[in-house]
Amino acid sequence: MSSETRLIQVRQHVLKQNDVAARALRRRFQDAGVYVVSLVSSPGTGKTAFLEKLLDLLRARHRVAAVVGDLATDNDARRLARAQVPIRQITTGMACHLEAEMVRNALEGWRLEDLDFLFIENVGNLVCPSTYDLGEELRLVLLSVTEGEDKPLKYPPIFNSSDMAVITKIDLADAVEFDRAAARRSIESVRPGMDVVEVSAKTGQGMDYWPSFFEERLAQFRKGRAATASKAGIPDHV
Amino acid sequence: MHELSIALSLLDLVAEEAERQGADRVLEIHLKLGPLSGVVKEALLGSFELARENTPFAETQLVIEDVPVRVLCPTCRTTRTVVSIQELCCEECGTPTPDVVSGRDLEVVALEVQ
Repeated sequence: MSSETRLIQVRQHVLKQNDVAARALRRRFQDAGVYVVSLVSSPGTGKTAFLEKLLDLLRARHRVAAVVGDLATDNDARRLARAQVPIRQITTGMACHLEAEMVRNALEGWRLEDLDFLFIENVGNLVCPSTYDLGEELRLVLLSVTEGEDKPLKYPPIFNSSDMAVITKIDLADAVEFDRAAARRSIESVRPGMDVVEVSAKTGQGMDYWPSFFEERLAQFRKGRAATASKAGIPDHV
Repeated sequence: MHELSIALSLLDLVAEEAERQGADRVLEIHLKLGPLSGVVKEALLGSFELARENTPFAETQLVIEDVPVRVLCPTCRTTRTVVSIQELCCEECGTPTPDVVSGRDLEVVALEVQ
């Protein structure tokens, strides 16, 4: 029995299990042709209000559904149910973020082929969700005008892991003396080139941007998928 | 604060790898950690101490190598470090770029075992 000390090479991502689950989800979403968008922000930024409006805008012409994460309650799911689209709640209990496996379990029984858009509302938290891939195609990070313009500088990883920023509660901008330019500078600093959209779920300002934006994204996504399918038979690594 | 669950995932991975390699003891875990991983080094070290208690890894040390954020600078046309994670600009020429090539790392690179 040798007790010699030796060094073994490993090279494995610590969250390998989540990554494997997220990749499998992404493949399922691609196969089904459903465009998946996740929403991250601090608690109280207005993810649910924004999502409620989005679902309402999209449901007339598209098949939409949402899964929402919350530590303890199903309040958000009940609010969203008013939009009359399929909603599932993920109660994370102790976990401060969603993981790919939780999303997979929440989707059980849904036919993804029957959907155009699926939204995933993460738990309100600007730290932990940045580490976990959920298989989404687009990650939106939300920031409200009441939070302070330097928030992106305080939480670079979440802004960096996101694809687009949404500034919410823009109707309150003047009341709280929100400095738009400073907020945009902070976002640009941590994620150069990131698109920023200003919205108010309450007044509807900026909301008309989204239906055509998502429709365009969906069309691109399905086109890309068709291109991949026509290359079927060619191994992945080529 | 998700470092405890990260530390538990880390120990699962290490246990699996140690068994596969037929190692009796794991002396050190070498981990690469980037500031854009969303994992805080000090919190992870603290959580690791908690997570290893009453496990076969109670004596195992976690050695963290900090990986700097590097980007592909479109002006210098090469990989460069950035000013800071708050300012994703090439440290040499100041060009801002989102093109991160390293710094999201959260990877076990090696184990020192017996």
